[in-house]
Amino acid sequence: MDVYEVFRQERKGQAFQHAGSFRAPDQRFAEMYAREFYGRRGESVALWIVPRDAIQPIEEFVDELNRNYHRVDGYSLKEKLREARARVSS
Amino acid sequence: MAEREQRFLEYVQEGGQVETDDWMPDEYRARLIKFIEMHGNSELMGVLPEREWILRAPTLQRKLALTAKVQDEVGHAQLIYRVVEDLGKPREQCLDDLISGKSKFHNVFHYPTKTWGDVGVIAWLVDAAAIISQKALLKCSYAPYARIMKKICWEESFHILHGRDVVLAMMLGTDEQRELVQEAVTRWWGPLMQFHGNPIAAEDDPMFVWRIKSQGNEEARQQFLDGYVPQILELGLELPDPNLRKDEETGVWEYTEPDWAELRHVVTGHGPKSQERLEFRRLARRETEWVRETVLAEAA
Repeated sequence: MDVYEVFRQERKGQAFQHAGSFRAPDQRFAEMYAREFYGRRGESVALWIVPRDAIQPIEEFVDELNRNYHRVDGYSLKEKLREARARVSS
Repeated sequence: MAEREQRFLEYVQEGGQVETDDWMPDEYRARLIKFIEMHGNSELMGVLPEREWILRAPTLQRKLALTAKVQDEVGHAQLIYRVVEDLGKPREQCLDDLISGKSKFHNVFHYPTKTWGDVGVIAWLVDAAAIISQKALLKCSYAPYARIMKKICWEESFHILHGRDVVLAMMLGTDEQRELVQEAVTRWWGPLMQFHGNPIAAEDDPMFVWRIKSQGNEEARQQFLDGYVPQILELGLELPDPNLRKDEETGVWEYTEPDWAELRHVVTGHGPKSQERLEFRRLARRETEWVRETVLAEAA
Protein backbone atom coordinates (compact mmCIF):
# COMPACT_ATOMS: atom_id res chain seq x y z
CA MET A 1 0.00 0.00 0.00
CA ASP A 2 1.30 3.45 -0.89
CA VAL A 3 1.60 6.39 1.44
CA TYR A 4 -0.24 9.55 0.41
CA GLU A 5 0.44 12.97 1.89
CA VAL A 6 -2.51 15.29 2.41
CA PHE A 7 -2.48 19.06 2.08
CA ARG A 8 -5.60 20.93 3.04
CA GLN A 9 -6.92 24.40 2.43
CA GLU A 10 -9.12 25.74 5.19
CA ARG A 11 -10.58 28.73 3.36
CA LYS A 12 -10.51 29.95 -0.23
CA GLY A 13 -7.40 31.97 -0.90
CA GLN A 14 -5.38 30.48 1.94
CA ALA A 15 -2.21 28.46 1.47
CA PHE A 16 -2.48 24.68 1.44
CA GLN A 17 -0.98 23.20 4.58
CA HIS A 18 0.33 19.74 5.23
CA ALA A 19 -2.23 17.91 7.37
CA GLY A 20 -1.03 14.31 7.61
CA SER A 21 -0.78 11.12 5.63
CA PHE A 22 -2.50 7.78 5.13
CA ARG A 23 -1.90 4.52 3.32
CA ALA A 24 -4.22 3.45 0.53
CA PRO A 25 -4.19 0.50 -1.86
CA ASP A 26 -4.96 2.71 -4.87
CA GLN A 27 -6.05 6.16 -6.05
CA ARG A 28 -9.74 5.39 -5.61
CA PHE A 29 -9.33 4.49 -1.96
CA ALA A 30 -6.97 7.42 -1.51
CA GLU A 31 -9.72 9.84 -2.54
CA MET A 32 -12.22 8.18 -0.23
CA TYR A 33 -9.88 8.18 2.77
CA ALA A 34 -8.89 11.79 2.17
CA ARG A 35 -12.54 12.84 2.18
CA GLU A 36 -13.24 10.82 5.35
CA PHE A 37 -10.16 11.91 7.29
CA TYR A 38 -9.88 15.55 6.29
CA GLY A 39 -13.13 16.78 4.78
CA ARG A 40 -16.25 15.30 6.25
CA ARG A 41 -17.04 18.15 8.67
CA GLY A 42 -16.52 20.91 6.14
CA GLU A 43 -13.16 21.70 7.75
CA SER A 44 -11.47 21.98 4.35
CA VAL A 45 -12.53 23.67 1.12
CA ALA A 46 -9.96 21.75 -0.93
CA LEU A 47 -7.51 18.89 -0.50
CA TRP A 48 -4.39 17.89 -2.42
CA ILE A 49 -3.46 14.25 -2.13
CA VAL A 50 -0.02 13.37 -3.34
CA PRO A 51 1.73 10.00 -3.43
CA ARG A 52 4.70 10.39 -1.09
CA ASP A 53 7.03 9.06 -3.78
CA ALA A 54 6.09 11.98 -6.01
CA ILE A 55 7.41 14.52 -3.53
CA GLN A 56 10.97 15.61 -4.08
CA PRO A 57 12.35 17.19 -0.95
CA ILE A 58 15.06 19.85 -1.07
CA GLU A 59 16.51 20.63 2.31
CA GLU A 60 19.94 22.11 1.79
CA PHE A 61 20.43 25.69 0.77
CA VAL A 62 24.11 26.47 0.61
CA ASP A 63 25.14 30.07 0.28
CA GLU A 64 28.76 29.53 -0.74
CA LEU A 65 29.41 33.11 -1.74
CA ASN A 66 27.65 34.60 1.27
CA ARG A 67 25.49 36.70 -1.00
CA ASN A 68 24.01 38.98 1.63
CA TYR A 69 23.58 41.83 -0.90
CA HIS A 70 20.20 40.38 -1.89
CA ARG A 71 18.89 40.12 1.65
CA VAL A 72 17.94 42.71 4.24
CA ASP A 73 20.65 41.50 6.61
CA GLY A 74 23.21 42.71 4.06
CA TYR A 75 22.42 46.33 4.83
CA SER A 76 23.22 47.75 8.21
CA LEU A 77 22.48 51.46 8.03
CA LYS A 78 22.50 52.45 11.67
CA GLU A 79 26.16 53.44 11.92
CA LYS A 80 26.20 55.16 8.53
CA LEU A 81 23.05 57.12 9.34
CA ARG A 82 24.54 58.31 12.60
CA GLU A 83 27.63 59.53 10.78
CA ALA A 84 25.61 61.18 8.05
CA ARG A 85 23.46 63.04 10.57
CA ALA A 86 26.54 64.11 12.54
CA ARG A 87 28.10 65.49 9.34
CA VAL A 88 25.03 67.61 8.56
CA SER A 89 24.63 69.00 12.07
CA SER A 90 28.31 69.96 12.48
CA MET B 1 25.61 11.13 26.04
CA ALA B 2 27.10 11.41 22.61
CA GLU B 3 27.67 14.94 21.36
CA ARG B 4 25.18 14.60 18.54
CA GLU B 5 22.52 13.43 20.96
CA GLN B 6 23.31 16.31 23.30
CA ARG B 7 22.91 18.81 20.44
CA PHE B 8 19.58 17.19 19.51
CA LEU B 9 18.39 17.47 23.12
CA GLU B 10 19.31 21.15 23.26
CA TYR B 11 17.60 21.70 19.93
CA VAL B 12 14.26 20.26 21.07
CA GLN B 13 14.50 21.95 24.47
CA GLU B 14 14.80 25.30 22.71
CA GLY B 15 11.55 24.57 20.89
CA GLY B 16 13.05 22.96 17.78
CA GLN B 17 10.88 20.49 15.87
CA VAL B 18 11.83 17.26 14.14
CA GLU B 19 10.52 15.75 10.90
CA THR B 20 10.25 12.08 9.92
CA ASP B 21 13.45 11.88 7.89
CA ASP B 22 15.59 13.89 10.31
CA TRP B 23 18.22 12.17 12.39
CA MET B 24 17.05 11.39 15.92
CA PRO B 25 18.53 9.52 18.89
CA ASP B 26 17.35 5.92 19.28
CA GLU B 27 15.94 6.66 22.71
CA TYR B 28 13.85 9.54 21.33
CA ARG B 29 12.48 7.35 18.55
CA ALA B 30 11.69 4.49 20.95
CA ARG B 31 9.88 6.82 23.36
CA LEU B 32 7.91 8.42 20.55
CA ILE B 33 6.80 5.05 19.22
CA LYS B 34 5.74 3.76 22.63
CA PHE B 35 3.87 6.94 23.56
CA ILE B 36 2.15 7.54 20.22
CA GLU B 37 1.26 3.86 19.86
CA MET B 38 -0.44 3.94 23.26
CA HIS B 39 -2.35 7.01 22.15
CA GLY B 40 -3.49 5.17 19.01
CA ASN B 41 -4.46 2.12 21.07
CA SER B 42 -6.48 4.34 23.40
CA GLU B 43 -8.42 5.93 20.54
CA LEU B 44 -9.23 2.50 19.16
CA MET B 45 -10.13 0.90 22.51
CA GLY B 46 -11.86 4.10 23.64
CA VAL B 47 -14.74 3.58 21.24
CA LEU B 48 -15.73 0.29 22.81
CA PRO B 49 -17.30 1.67 26.01
CA GLU B 50 -19.40 4.01 23.85
CA ARG B 51 -20.16 1.53 21.12
CA GLU B 52 -22.15 -0.50 23.65
CA TRP B 53 -24.63 2.36 23.84
CA ILE B 54 -25.18 3.13 20.16
CA LEU B 55 -28.14 0.76 19.97
CA ARG B 56 -29.49 1.94 23.32
CA ALA B 57 -29.17 5.70 22.78
CA PRO B 58 -32.35 7.47 23.97
CA THR B 59 -33.06 9.42 20.75
CA LEU B 60 -32.13 9.27 17.08
CA GLN B 61 -30.17 12.52 17.45
CA ARG B 62 -28.09 11.03 20.29
CA LYS B 63 -27.56 7.84 18.32
CA LEU B 64 -26.23 9.81 15.34
CA ALA B 65 -23.98 11.96 17.51
CA LEU B 66 -22.57 8.93 19.31
CA THR B 67 -21.95 7.14 16.04
CA ALA B 68 -20.15 10.21 14.69
CA LYS B 69 -17.99 10.36 17.81
CA VAL B 70 -17.08 6.69 17.49
CA GLN B 71 -16.20 7.28 13.84
CA ASP B 72 -14.01 10.25 14.84
CA GLU B 73 -12.08 8.24 17.42
CA VAL B 74 -11.41 5.39 15.01
CA GLY B 75 -10.26 8.02 12.49
CA HIS B 76 -7.88 9.39 15.12
CA ALA B 77 -6.47 5.92 15.64
CA GLN B 78 -5.83 5.66 11.89
CA LEU B 79 -3.97 8.98 11.79
CA ILE B 80 -1.97 8.19 14.89
CA TYR B 81 -0.91 4.70 13.82
CA ARG B 82 0.23 6.29 10.53
CA VAL B 83 2.63 8.49 12.50
CA VAL B 84 3.92 5.40 14.33
CA GLU B 85 4.42 3.63 11.00
CA ASP B 86 6.61 6.43 9.70
CA LEU B 87 8.72 6.06 12.83
CA GLY B 88 9.31 2.42 11.96
CA LYS B 89 6.59 0.27 13.51
CA PRO B 90 3.94 -1.03 11.06
CA ARG B 91 0.27 -0.71 11.97
CA GLU B 92 -0.28 -4.47 11.77
CA GLN B 93 2.37 -4.91 14.41
CA CYS B 94 0.77 -2.25 16.62
CA LEU B 95 -2.55 -4.11 16.36
CA ASP B 96 -0.86 -7.47 17.09
CA ASP B 97 0.77 -6.02 20.20
CA LEU B 98 -2.50 -4.44 21.31
CA ILE B 99 -4.58 -7.59 21.12
CA SER B 100 -1.87 -9.78 22.61
CA GLY B 101 -1.75 -7.43 25.61
CA LYS B 102 1.86 -6.45 24.97
CA SER B 103 1.11 -2.74 24.57
CA LYS B 104 -1.16 -0.62 26.73
CA PHE B 105 -4.13 1.71 26.46
CA HIS B 106 -5.46 4.41 28.78
CA ASN B 107 -6.91 3.42 32.16
CA VAL B 108 -10.33 4.98 31.56
CA PHE B 109 -11.12 2.55 28.74
CA HIS B 110 -10.87 -0.50 30.99
CA TYR B 111 -14.08 0.31 32.88
CA PRO B 112 -17.71 -0.57 32.17
CA THR B 113 -20.29 1.86 30.78
CA LYS B 114 -23.12 0.99 33.12
CA THR B 115 -25.77 3.58 32.23
CA TRP B 116 -26.50 6.40 29.80
CA GLY B 117 -25.17 8.64 32.58
CA ASP B 118 -21.75 7.06 32.05
CA VAL B 119 -21.95 7.87 28.34
CA GLY B 120 -22.48 11.56 29.14
CA VAL B 121 -19.75 11.64 31.78
CA ILE B 122 -17.27 9.86 29.48
CA ALA B 123 -17.91 12.22 26.56
CA TRP B 124 -17.76 15.26 28.82
CA LEU B 125 -15.13 14.58 31.48
CA VAL B 126 -12.98 11.79 30.05
CA ASP B 127 -12.72 13.72 26.80
CA ALA B 128 -12.00 16.91 28.74
CA ALA B 129 -9.13 15.19 30.57
CA ALA B 130 -7.90 13.80 27.26
CA ILE B 131 -8.04 17.13 25.44
CA ILE B 132 -5.83 18.68 28.12
CA SER B 133 -3.16 16.06 27.42
CA GLN B 134 -3.67 16.40 23.69
CA LYS B 135 -3.45 20.19 23.65
CA ALA B 136 -0.06 19.83 25.33
CA LEU B 137 0.98 17.77 22.30
CA LEU B 138 0.27 20.59 19.83
CA LYS B 139 3.78 21.77 20.69
CA CYS B 140 5.32 18.30 20.49
CA SER B 141 8.92 18.29 19.28
CA TYR B 142 7.96 15.64 16.73
CA ALA B 143 6.21 17.81 14.15
CA PRO B 144 4.13 15.20 12.25
CA TYR B 145 2.46 14.22 15.53
CA ALA B 146 1.88 17.86 16.47
CA ARG B 147 0.23 18.51 13.10
CA ILE B 148 -2.34 15.72 13.31
CA MET B 149 -3.07 16.74 16.90
CA LYS B 150 -4.52 19.95 15.50
CA LYS B 151 -7.27 18.05 13.75
CA ILE B 152 -7.79 15.70 16.68
CA CYS B 153 -8.21 18.51 19.23
CA TRP B 154 -10.67 20.23 16.94
CA GLU B 155 -12.88 17.14 16.81
CA GLU B 156 -12.56 16.47 20.54
CA SER B 157 -14.08 19.85 21.33
CA PHE B 158 -17.27 18.70 19.62
CA HIS B 159 -17.22 15.56 21.78
CA ILE B 160 -17.02 17.57 24.98
CA LEU B 161 -19.97 19.71 23.92
CA HIS B 162 -21.94 16.60 23.05
CA GLY B 163 -21.14 15.10 26.45
CA ARG B 164 -22.01 18.26 28.32
CA ASP B 165 -25.29 18.46 26.43
CA VAL B 166 -26.14 14.85 27.39
CA VAL B 167 -25.38 15.61 31.04
CA LEU B 168 -27.35 18.88 31.01
CA ALA B 169 -30.39 17.19 29.48
CA MET B 170 -30.33 14.61 32.27
CA MET B 171 -29.76 17.19 35.00
CA LEU B 172 -32.84 19.05 33.73
CA GLY B 173 -34.87 15.82 33.72
CA THR B 174 -36.22 13.68 36.55
CA ASP B 175 -34.65 12.86 39.92
CA GLU B 176 -33.94 9.42 38.58
CA GLN B 177 -31.96 10.89 35.67
CA ARG B 178 -30.00 13.19 38.00
CA GLU B 179 -29.25 10.15 40.11
CA LEU B 180 -27.78 8.36 37.07
CA VAL B 181 -25.42 11.27 36.39
CA GLN B 182 -24.36 11.50 40.04
CA GLU B 183 -23.63 7.77 40.17
CA ALA B 184 -21.57 8.01 37.00
CA VAL B 185 -19.57 10.99 38.28
CA THR B 186 -18.88 9.09 41.50
CA ARG B 187 -17.79 6.00 39.56
CA TRP B 188 -15.52 7.92 37.19
CA TRP B 189 -13.87 10.30 39.63
CA GLY B 190 -11.16 7.84 40.73
CA PRO B 191 -10.10 6.88 37.19
CA LEU B 192 -10.26 10.56 36.15
CA MET B 193 -7.91 11.58 38.94
CA GLN B 194 -5.50 8.81 37.90
CA PHE B 195 -5.76 9.70 34.21
CA HIS B 196 -2.85 12.16 33.96
CA GLY B 197 -0.47 9.84 35.78
CA ASN B 198 1.72 10.10 38.83
CA PRO B 199 2.87 13.59 39.83
CA ILE B 200 6.46 13.12 38.64
CA ALA B 201 8.20 16.50 38.27
CA ALA B 202 8.30 17.64 34.63
CA GLU B 203 12.12 17.89 34.69
CA ASP B 204 12.34 14.21 35.73
CA ASP B 205 9.82 13.03 33.16
CA PRO B 206 11.67 11.82 30.04
CA MET B 207 8.62 12.67 27.95
CA PHE B 208 8.99 16.30 28.98
CA VAL B 209 12.78 16.26 28.78
CA TRP B 210 12.56 15.30 25.10
CA ARG B 211 9.71 17.81 24.70
CA ILE B 212 7.37 15.13 23.45
CA LYS B 213 4.95 16.49 26.04
CA SER B 214 5.01 20.19 26.84
CA GLN B 215 3.76 19.92 30.41
CA GLY B 216 4.08 17.67 33.42
CA ASN B 217 1.44 15.26 34.71
CA GLU B 218 0.46 17.30 37.76
CA GLU B 219 0.18 20.46 35.70
CA ALA B 220 -2.33 18.67 33.45
CA ARG B 221 -4.35 17.41 36.43
CA GLN B 222 -4.43 20.89 37.99
CA GLN B 223 -5.65 22.30 34.71
CA PHE B 224 -8.40 19.67 34.59
CA LEU B 225 -9.51 20.40 38.16
CA ASP B 226 -9.42 24.14 37.57
CA GLY B 227 -11.51 23.91 34.43
CA TYR B 228 -14.01 21.24 35.34
CA VAL B 229 -14.63 21.07 39.11
CA PRO B 230 -16.59 24.37 39.00
CA GLN B 231 -18.58 23.11 35.99
CA ILE B 232 -19.46 19.90 37.84
CA LEU B 233 -20.41 21.59 41.10
CA GLU B 234 -22.56 24.29 39.49
CA LEU B 235 -24.94 21.57 38.27
CA GLY B 236 -25.55 20.44 41.84
CA LEU B 237 -23.40 17.34 41.42
CA GLU B 238 -21.11 16.16 44.19
CA LEU B 239 -17.56 14.84 43.99
CA PRO B 240 -16.61 11.84 46.12
CA ASP B 241 -13.43 13.38 47.58
CA PRO B 242 -13.81 15.10 50.97
CA ASN B 243 -10.29 16.54 50.66
CA LEU B 244 -10.85 18.24 47.33
CA ARG B 245 -10.37 22.00 47.65
CA LYS B 246 -8.53 24.81 45.98
CA ASP B 247 -5.98 26.62 48.09
CA GLU B 248 -7.03 30.19 47.36
CA GLU B 249 -3.59 31.58 48.19
CA THR B 250 -1.50 29.30 46.01
CA GLY B 251 -4.22 28.50 43.48
CA VAL B 252 -3.30 24.83 43.77
CA TRP B 253 -5.91 22.07 44.07
CA GLU B 254 -5.57 19.66 46.96
CA TYR B 255 -7.06 16.20 46.78
CA THR B 256 -6.86 12.69 48.19
CA GLU B 257 -3.91 10.80 46.72
CA PRO B 258 -5.24 8.90 43.68
CA ASP B 259 -4.99 5.13 43.83
CA TRP B 260 -1.80 4.51 41.83
CA ALA B 261 -1.89 0.79 42.53
CA GLU B 262 -5.29 0.62 40.84
CA LEU B 263 -3.93 2.55 37.86
CA ARG B 264 -1.03 0.10 37.40
CA HIS B 265 -3.31 -2.87 37.90
CA VAL B 266 -5.85 -1.63 35.36
CA VAL B 267 -3.48 -0.58 32.57
CA THR B 268 -1.66 -3.89 32.71
CA GLY B 269 -4.84 -5.60 31.59
CA HIS B 270 -6.55 -6.29 34.92
CA GLY B 271 -9.38 -3.76 34.72
CA PRO B 272 -12.99 -4.90 34.97
CA LYS B 273 -13.43 -4.80 31.20
CA SER B 274 -9.83 -5.16 29.91
CA GLN B 275 -10.01 -8.75 28.73
CA GLU B 276 -13.54 -8.60 27.37
CA ARG B 277 -12.69 -5.57 25.23
CA LEU B 278 -9.43 -7.05 23.99
CA GLU B 279 -11.34 -10.19 23.05
CA PHE B 280 -13.79 -8.04 21.12
CA ARG B 281 -10.86 -6.47 19.23
CA ARG B 282 -9.50 -9.92 18.40
CA LEU B 283 -12.88 -10.98 17.10
CA ALA B 284 -13.27 -7.80 15.04
CA ARG B 285 -9.81 -8.28 13.55
CA ARG B 286 -10.61 -11.86 12.54
CA GLU B 287 -13.99 -10.96 11.14
CA THR B 288 -12.67 -8.13 8.97
CA GLU B 289 -9.67 -10.00 7.66
CA TRP B 290 -11.47 -10.88 4.42
CA VAL B 291 -12.15 -7.18 3.78
CA ARG B 292 -8.44 -6.34 3.99
CA GLU B 293 -7.56 -9.26 1.78
CA THR B 294 -10.19 -8.42 -0.83
CA VAL B 295 -9.27 -4.74 -0.99
CA LEU B 296 -5.57 -5.46 -1.31
CA ALA B 297 -6.12 -8.17 -3.91
CA GLU B 298 -8.34 -5.93 -6.00
CA ALA B 299 -5.91 -3.03 -5.84
CA ALA B 300 -2.91 -5.18 -6.72
